[in-house]
Amino acid sequence: MSEAYRVAITTDQDVVTARQRARSMGGELGFTSTDLTLLATAISEVARNITAYAGEGEVRLRVVRGDNGRQGIEVVAQDEGPGIANVELALQDGYTTGGGLGLGLPGARRLVDEFELQTAPGEGTMVRLVKWGRSA
Amino acid sequence: MAVPILKQGPWLIASIQSALTDTDVLRLQDDVMGQVGRYRSRGIIVDVTALDVMDSFVSRSLRGIAHMTRLRGAETVIVGIQPEVAFAMVQLGMKFEDVHTALDLEEGLAFLQSISKESDDGE
Repeated sequence: MSEAYRVAITTDQDVVTARQRARSMGGELGFTSTDLTLLATAISEVARNITAYAGEGEVRLRVVRGDNGRQGIEVVAQDEGPGIANVELALQDGYTTGGGLGLGLPGARRLVDEFELQTAPGEGTMVRLVKWGRSA
Repeated sequence: MAVPILKQGPWLIASIQSALTDTDVLRLQDDVMGQVGRYRSRGIIVDVTALDVMDSFVSRSLRGIAHMTRLRGAETVIVGIQPEVAFAMVQLGMKFEDVHTALDLEEGLAFLQSISKESDDGE
C-alpha cells in the first residue's frame, strides 16, 4: 500500500476523489465503517472550503503511527487563498462568509481526533486533521 | 452523474446511484423542481441509500429540495440514510428535523400514501 497521496483540488469532483482516496486508505488500515464515514465527511468539508474560498489547493493524505502501534490517517488541506481573518469566529457553529450553514470547520473538527488550523489574511489556509483507528 | 428520476403515479422517485458532486446535487434540485411542475407530483422520494457521505452541502441541498417542493404543494421524503451517515450528520451538527425521513423506499412510499390519504379525507 502506498502510504501518502496528494490530490489537487480544483473542482467539486476532486473533493469526491480526495474523500474516496482516504476511505480506501482507511479501509486498508482496518478502520471501522463509522470512522471511515466520519473521516470522509470531514475531508469533504475542508476540501470544499478550498474550492469555495480559494479556488484551488490540495489535500495530502498519509498514514501516521502513534503510540502503542496504532495507525491513523493525517489529512492536510492547504490552499493559498484569502485566508481567514477571524479564526475564532470561523470555528463557531453557524458562522459563514460563504452563504453556507457555517458547519464546515467546526463540524469537521468534531468528526476527527486531532484538528489544527493555520491561517492568516492573505496567507492561505492549512487545516490538519488526524483520525486514529481503533487500537488493535 | 445525473440522478435518474422515475415517475410513479403521483410520486417522483429520485434514486441516487453513486457519490454526488456539488454540481450533481444542484442539478438534482433543478430536475426535481422541474418535474414536480410537469407531472403535478404530490410527493417526492429521494433515495440516498448509495450515499456514503452526506456533508453539510448535500444535507443543505436536500433540505432545500424538501422546502422548495413543499412550496409547490408536494412533500419530500428522504429515505435510506445509512447508519454511519446518520452518525456523521449528527456529529457535524446538521439539523434535519424539518425534513421527512424514512428507513427505506417502502416506508417512504407508505408515508406519502398516508399523508395523501389524510389530505383527501379532509376535503
